[in-house]
Amino acid sequence: MNSILLWSLVILGVLGGIAAVVLYFVAKKFKVEENPLIDEVESALAGANCGSCGFAGCRNFAEACVKAAAEKSSLSGLNCPGSDMAKVAGILGLTATVQEPMIAVVRCNGTCQNAPRKVHYEGADICAFATTLYAGGNGCPNGCLGHGDCVKKCAFDAIHINKETGLPEVDESKCVGCGACAKACPRGVIELRYKGKNNRRVYVACNNTEKGAIAMKNCNVACIACQKCLKTCPFEAIEMRGNLAYIDYTKCKQCRKCVEVCPRGSIHEVNFPPRKPKAETPESTETNVTNESK
Amino acid sequence: MNQFIISGSPHVHGPESTRRIMLDVIIALTPALLVALYFFGWYALRLTVISVAACVLTEWLIQKYLLKVPTTVGDLSAVVTGILLAFNVPANLPVWMIIVGAVVSIGIAKMSFGGLGHNPFNPALVGRVFLLVSFPTAMTTWPQVSPIFEKGFFADAITGPTPLGLLKESAGNIDKMEVLDMLIGNRGGAFGEMCAIALIIGGIYLIARRVIDVWTPLVIFATVFAFTGICNLIDPATYIAPVYHIFYGGLILGAFFMATDMVTSPMTTCGKCIFAFGIGVITVVIRLWGAYPEGVSFAILIMNALVPLINRGFRPKRFGSKK
Amino acid sequence: MNPVKTFRLGGVHPEENKLSSGQPIRDFEIPKQVIIPLGQCLGAPSEPIVAKGDKVKVGQLIATAKGFISANVHSSVSGTVAKIDDVMDHTGYRKPAIFIDVEGDEWLEGIDTTDTLIKDITLTSEEIVERVKQHGIVGLGGATFPTYVKLMIPKDKKADYVIINAAECEPYLTCDNRLLIEKPMEFLVGVKVLMKAVNAPKGVIGIEYNKIDVARRLDEIVSGDSYFSGIEVQPLKTKYPQGGEKQLIQAVTGREVPSGKLPIETGCVVVNVASTFAVYEAVQKNKPLVYRIVTVTGKSVKNPSNFRVRIGTPANLLIEAAGGLPEDTANLINGGPMMGKSVSVMTFPTVKGTSGILMLNTRDAQPRKVGNCIRCGKCMKACPMGLEPYLLKRLSETNNFEEAEKHNIMDCIECGSCEFTCPANIPLADYVRFGKSKTGQIIRSRNQK
Repeated sequence: MNSILLWSLVILGVLGGIAAVVLYFVAKKFKVEENPLIDEVESALAGANCGSCGFAGCRNFAEACVKAAAEKSSLSGLNCPGSDMAKVAGILGLTATVQEPMIAVVRCNGTCQNAPRKVHYEGADICAFATTLYAGGNGCPNGCLGHGDCVKKCAFDAIHINKETGLPEVDESKCVGCGACAKACPRGVIELRYKGKNNRRVYVACNNTEKGAIAMKNCNVACIACQKCLKTCPFEAIEMRGNLAYIDYTKCKQCRKCVEVCPRGSIHEVNFPPRKPKAETPESTETNVTNESK
Repeated sequence: MNQFIISGSPHVHGPESTRRIMLDVIIALTPALLVALYFFGWYALRLTVISVAACVLTEWLIQKYLLKVPTTVGDLSAVVTGILLAFNVPANLPVWMIIVGAVVSIGIAKMSFGGLGHNPFNPALVGRVFLLVSFPTAMTTWPQVSPIFEKGFFADAITGPTPLGLLKESAGNIDKMEVLDMLIGNRGGAFGEMCAIALIIGGIYLIARRVIDVWTPLVIFATVFAFTGICNLIDPATYIAPVYHIFYGGLILGAFFMATDMVTSPMTTCGKCIFAFGIGVITVVIRLWGAYPEGVSFAILIMNALVPLINRGFRPKRFGSKK
Repeated sequence: MNPVKTFRLGGVHPEENKLSSGQPIRDFEIPKQVIIPLGQCLGAPSEPIVAKGDKVKVGQLIATAKGFISANVHSSVSGTVAKIDDVMDHTGYRKPAIFIDVEGDEWLEGIDTTDTLIKDITLTSEEIVERVKQHGIVGLGGATFPTYVKLMIPKDKKADYVIINAAECEPYLTCDNRLLIEKPMEFLVGVKVLMKAVNAPKGVIGIEYNKIDVARRLDEIVSGDSYFSGIEVQPLKTKYPQGGEKQLIQAVTGREVPSGKLPIETGCVVVNVASTFAVYEAVQKNKPLVYRIVTVTGKSVKNPSNFRVRIGTPANLLIEAAGGLPEDTANLINGGPMMGKSVSVMTFPTVKGTSGILMLNTRDAQPRKVGNCIRCGKCMKACPMGLEPYLLKRLSETNNFEEAEKHNIMDCIECGSCEFTCPANIPLADYVRFGKSKTGQIIRSRNQK
């Protein structure tokens, strides 16, 4: 009995030893020389392989960064929205021009209450398919359909459909602004905007292109192209895109004057401290709380 | 005004449903169950009811508390698993053992893969094989057949060997049975597998209802018959006539009810034939040269593992491929 | 008559429910206002050539085709153009349409509005095709593919058969059936016109067996008159999708359209019954496509009927004429139950492709609980194209379109047989259609490169 045990141990030990020696020499002989910086850069990246940088994966991006640093000694044109590019630049001995951080913004507030559903959809849970069948439960041809194509594409678990409103909500702490959701949305409801100073943003939470009278019937909070905001804005940051007011986030100084004048409450302000009582427009702040502050 | 539904075409649906398919299988298994009640009385009834209850309960508990998803016991697939599991064990198996089998069937073989449709192996057979390797004595102690009117509904059974078990020792060991006895199932064995007539009636019902394809059982029988026939011709002293191989043991139950399980069998007719052929060959090999007297369960499980490969290899003929 | 034939692969048997097959076609009263959508056919929407305030007559061209696959649109009434505005139409979206206020019923000169049968075909084949194009005739079975495109045979091809799709395999619909019963002579002359247009020696009328009495009658007429030589009546098994173009060709001739190719590859031109009748009217009577037969039906509908409707009549008027919208209507469909389209409003205007207005009751349209795929393979057996719908669904769901293309997702004819038969109620057709459109995009962008 003991001898069997002994023999097994000896044979296995010897086999293991031989294999280890072989492996050692093979590893030595076929070793691929790689720049250790690539590993270092890769470890500094988000690691989600989301593809928003334009490369197949984080490793490819890291290789490109190292290569660009060696050849051009600059990282221009290379940006990973999900990670700290300054850190990457630091690893490579460069100073990066820090890009403004971006965040995904859902430009629709057609909740079940704001935009009552007139028809009921049954079928595959894909926005891109549902949009071929009908304009949407509320009749808005540009609004969110709520089947979550954006949720399926998010590599960071940062966007979820709120069951009560039927709309997607972006988790600010998780969203890196890669833009996968914006690409996935068949109606362009989601937009990438500057994250803003102290996470503060002002944007039109509507994507409607139809005339005001029709939009008004479909949705209580739709932009009706009254242009009040456009006239109010002191920085000319607002433009009309068809029947929709659009706030250019590169120009917006977040004065919030447009929020006050909007008769429909379609302009949302996020993460601002509460206003002084006299200027308060309860409708818009209320929707902010439910829609964004989580 | 009520809300209209918006749906992609087609807007109407055929009468088929998963529940209806499972119900058909249950209906098809009823004759065999009645015969089992006739032969084993209380024991058969007790095992079947407990097995079904344990299967359904396991599925319900797992979905309700472990996975926290809507329960699907309404589709009756757990009931079918329960009946099939009970049919594959001796009638005098201790009750706690069948519960263990049911938990393994549903919990490990079905739910851990993601529930109905995702299990690579037939759950009832996994449960049965688990019991067989865990409790070999209990699982191979077969009660002798005796109609209930001879000894009463609750009478204890006397145990004895199965024809295949005797065969394993020597071909000369066995008295050649009368054809009628074989058809009725007047022999030892698991209580659901004995009565050929009842099982064939059920099988024909399933074929008529288009729940199963005629090819799978047919090819299994043909393969077993041909293979054992050749062996019998070569050496009649060692190998008995092929007809006994078909009627002894669980081949009929397996061919009609377990090899045809939709989830774990190939989809195309061609694939089904290959699958059935494999089951036939492996069954005979195990029976004639393997350690166990019976090989249907193992054969089906082994072929289950090959199903994804068969599905990949045998695709339907496309329109436009013919010149 | 030939023995009954059918297609080779798959197929399902939905309940027929031909509730209105005994109802004669009734001329529907011209409404006060018609709404004529500009996008009525497959392909690009047409371009309006009238403006607000213009007087139009019946049959007057009001919008011209834009692009190769597009069709002219004619006024179906006489009156004044009220406006050109968006209207919620059968697509579920607000799309531009021409609103015309009706005044009287004055037809454009040169249109023969009498019922006399004209048998002599004086036009040459090129003239026929041009006439069909000018008069805006599209496939009236529901797909609305411009008919003239089908009739233009490429130089290197030859048409052996004109196949008339009289299968009407969609449950509920009876408009083609009624047309065959009431206008058989006109229809048959239409077949002759089509045969002349594409220079085909043979014309075959494929009819499902549930309309065998109509088939017998047509056969009598054809065999009793040497004028109709070359036309054959071919009874087909009652099975869905017998009227699918590829399935019909295969059933009638035994030839299979190769994957990714057009039917003309097999020497066949397939035209629908209603389109054939429209071709007759256009060619022999110079009448543009201004009306069509619409079946208004449903299990709970009081009077299922067949109406001859001016294009652009709002559907709610038709529904009222058939006894009003039943209380238990759950799904309002433009077309048949297998391939029609759910609409979200009752007021959508009828278009060239409106073969029926179907009101499914709550019992039939009830949403079913979707279960797991049990890999039963029924979808595969039902698929008339020999595809694997369960696999295509999975690939589409996971956005694996390259693999889906390899499994021939582009061959799908979107008949919905797979979803109809699925015991787990999985919306297979939805997923496959989604995957098909995505794969199509990928293929197109690849070809552009």
